[in-house]
Amino acid sequence: MTNVTRIFLASTLVIAANSAQAIEYSAVQLDKSTITFTSKQMGVPVQGRFPKFTARVAFDPAKPAAAKVDLIIDLAAIDAGSKDADDEVVGKQWFNVKAFPTASFTSSIVKAVGAGRYEVTGPLSIKGKANPVTAKFGFKTDGNNGVFDGDFTLKRIDFAIGEGPWADLSTVANEVQVNFHVVAAAAATAPTPKAK
Amino acid sequence: MKVTRYTGVAIALHWLIGLMILVSLGVGLYMADLSLSPTKLRLYSWHKWAGVTIFSLVLIRCVWRITHPAPSLPEAMPQWQRVVAESTHYALYALMIVIPLSGWLMSSAKGFQTVYFGVLPIPDLLDKNKELGETLTQVHSYLNYLMIAIIGAHIGAALKHHFIDKDDILRRMLPSRQKSIS
Repeated sequence: MTNVTRIFLASTLVIAANSAQAIEYSAVQLDKSTITFTSKQMGVPVQGRFPKFTARVAFDPAKPAAAKVDLIIDLAAIDAGSKDADDEVVGKQWFNVKAFPTASFTSSIVKAVGAGRYEVTGPLSIKGKANPVTAKFGFKTDGNNGVFDGDFTLKRIDFAIGEGPWADLSTVANEVQVNFHVVAAAAATAPTPKAK
Repeated sequence: MKVTRYTGVAIALHWLIGLMILVSLGVGLYMADLSLSPTKLRLYSWHKWAGVTIFSLVLIRCVWRITHPAPSLPEAMPQWQRVVAESTHYALYALMIVIPLSGWLMSSAKGFQTVYFGVLPIPDLLDKNKELGETLTQVHSYLNYLMIAIIGAHIGAALKHHFIDKDDILRRMLPSRQKSIS
């Protein structure tokens, strides 16, 4: 191979890489991201949050179908809205965190459903039970960051969250709305060609 | 003609509100120390709904009281008793207004909105604030201890007037089959 051919091939590769290289948002910034939830107790909306979680996101707005999300929530750190509730919900009848310390979600399908709107579906595992959930989310950029804002409603009884007397849905409703706000910094997908 | 009895509306409001206050006090004292359970959540909601109801009835009662003068006290009553009786009644009215308000504020500060009968959300005046919530809990409970003491004096005085002084103080607040003289 002549030098000229080499240079030609190399430049072609760089061009190809550049054109295919859209920005992927994958470096999740945990300090800027939140997972909150709203339950209803006797018709009263009560806010809570999961302050400890880890998330891996691979998302390119141009190729949503290739996106991948992995989420692991540390349930023991839950803030359920009050000290009483915090102590209660880690117990056996609720999350049983001793036996099931984490909840996890893995995306299986991500698709676009409108301008800047997407939908992610995948199994959510809590307390040894996996059920598919679908969350709608919006995506926007903020400087170098991608911001994902979405929500879904889970039915707590599907995961046996709240057993025994707590299975009574007239005091604590079955539907729990989960909201997430995930901020991820952009990272290049293709290796950046080195200059010189 | 001189007013000698309370009006039927005043009598009805007095006994209805009185009964609701006693029940709410009892429930309030009992529920606070329960460990978290669906029963506790129910009692808290019922207590709050009762508080909102009492507050609304008290407002109606205040308007009624202003527009319908109370019968005057027996002429034989010494001045100091009149002063004490009056202050006690003002204190009860004040507490009947302030206690539900303190409960509502404490609930907001603790992050629990009051939703009347589970359907009508009452706006939160305060944002969630743990320390303020604890302070307001203290305020709510001390106001209630004060209320218990004043209710005790109120009932004690009514019985003393009825059985010892044998005047009409209690009777004029009791429902009567006779047509009230107004």
